[in-house]
Amino acid sequence: MIRKDQHFYLALLLPAIIVLLLFIAAPIINSFFLSFHRIIIGLPQLKTPFVALDNYLQLLKDPIARHSFFITIIFVALTTFFELLIGLFLALLIHHRFPGRGALRACVLIPWAIPTVVSAQMWRYLFNDAYGVINYMIFGASTNSYIPWLALSTTALSSIIIADIWKTSSFAALLILAGLQVIPEELYQAAKVDGAIAWQRFRHVTWPLIRPALLIALLFRTIDAFRVFDLAFVMTQGGPADATNVLQLYGYKKMFVEGWMGYGSAVSVCIFIIVLVIAVAYVRMVGRRLLEANV
Amino acid sequence: MEKLPNKILFILGVFLAAAFSLAPFLWFVSAAFKDQTQITAIPPEWLPSFSVEAFSSAVTHHGIFHYLWNSVIVAGGATLVTILLGALAGYALARLSRSWAQIILMGILACAMFPQIAIVGPVWRFLKFMGWLNTYQGLILPYVALTLPLAIWILAVFFREMPEELESAALVDGCTRLGSLVRVIIPLSAPGLFTAAILTFIYAWNEFFLALLIMTDPARQTMPVGIALFQGEHTIPWGEIAAASLITTAPLIFMVLLFQRRIVTGLSAGAIKG
Repeated sequence: MIRKDQHFYLALLLPAIIVLLLFIAAPIINSFFLSFHRIIIGLPQLKTPFVALDNYLQLLKDPIARHSFFITIIFVALTTFFELLIGLFLALLIHHRFPGRGALRACVLIPWAIPTVVSAQMWRYLFNDAYGVINYMIFGASTNSYIPWLALSTTALSSIIIADIWKTSSFAALLILAGLQVIPEELYQAAKVDGAIAWQRFRHVTWPLIRPALLIALLFRTIDAFRVFDLAFVMTQGGPADATNVLQLYGYKKMFVEGWMGYGSAVSVCIFIIVLVIAVAYVRMVGRRLLEANV
Repeated sequence: MEKLPNKILFILGVFLAAAFSLAPFLWFVSAAFKDQTQITAIPPEWLPSFSVEAFSSAVTHHGIFHYLWNSVIVAGGATLVTILLGALAGYALARLSRSWAQIILMGILACAMFPQIAIVGPVWRFLKFMGWLNTYQGLILPYVALTLPLAIWILAVFFREMPEELESAALVDGCTRLGSLVRVIIPLSAPGLFTAAILTFIYAWNEFFLALLIMTDPARQTMPVGIALFQGEHTIPWGEIAAASLITTAPLIFMVLLFQRRIVTGLSAGAIKG
């Protein structure tokens, strides 16, 4: 009886599909289209001539774009690595049954829950060059040796990386925790009976079984790290001298500050393709799990 | 856990984790209760004087409540629409034949992966064309699109666990198809709807990038934009920024404290269980 009315289900799906098509699928396709045109916001009288691959050629030649790509890769690699490491540590702690477990889980969730903009202002305050607590903790009261962390091209990127690690390690922890929770307790009991010490139990029981969850957390964090914008915008505005001008910020500036909509679209298409490659791997992996579990 | 050194290491780890998560934030929000000389003091003054000057200045000079109101409308509106559309779509996907449902779910999951920069140019042009820049619906609709994938995913998983006999029984009792969804399924799935609503709300409440582009008129800006663009006359007004941050974060902290279990399961359902 219920199988027959697929039409009813399609009708229920329709509103959601329309919103997704209108605000996600169509804009992505449209971005490709725009990237082959010269479009300048604020100069509509120039029309929007077709320029074929000009925007892309210009992008390849732009040293700022190359630099932006380079620092984004550094950002993604370092944040993802440390977030997984700290996330694993946090997940192992929370997974343990102990009296303060709920309180610890709530603490760990707080960096994830607060707005990125707030955490950006927070780190700007902590890294302050004249009265920041980080300088105080390193150099004490000798204010002469205080380092302007966010204003030096050598330390600005690291500062943003630290801010991101603080903000998002808890999210990685949650993904890893979900993997830990499906490991049957009996395996640990059996390992204990066999005389395995804590490290051996981690190495031979936990580690092989959470690798899938770690891999998903890895891909998920990689994709997300490519979208970094808020931290760089608030903490350094991409400076000093483009030291923290990450890809999404670069694209934003080209598009909305300088008004080069066509060129900015070429930037966004490139970011999109990089993320797509990673996303395909992710979707295929989750897809395989779906089929295996036969949900 | 069986040996004493292990136990000490464990307790140390717990304190380290708690300090890592809380200390920077507590230090920052304590600035909201300090005056300017306390904020810039070296060595730092660990105990704030609990002056409320920063709060009153944030309210009177910087119009914090105004941003807060915009955030409430935008995040609340986005949550309502997302849950409505997400419940309909999630239910349909839970009951559609497996092969179709899987293809559509994959497509929806793919929608959640894209960097916002890939959609923002055309979305901006579309909103400008519609005259929706600096309007609530202009920000709510993109938020709905960005939060729908996770909401649909959570709800489809949730609805799938409900036996189809529930609807069959309702149909026999004379309910319409839509009636059986609204009167039987939806009330029973309140926990799933609630989880999806919390996550949607937190996303919309915190979002900055699109809000920055779409709301250029200060009268319509949300809290994150207000906090990011905070300007002082001479110095950086840390007390006011911290006060505004605390006001923005307080509802989120309450949510985390009350619903942490739901948040954890909701997020992992979206990312792993599928």
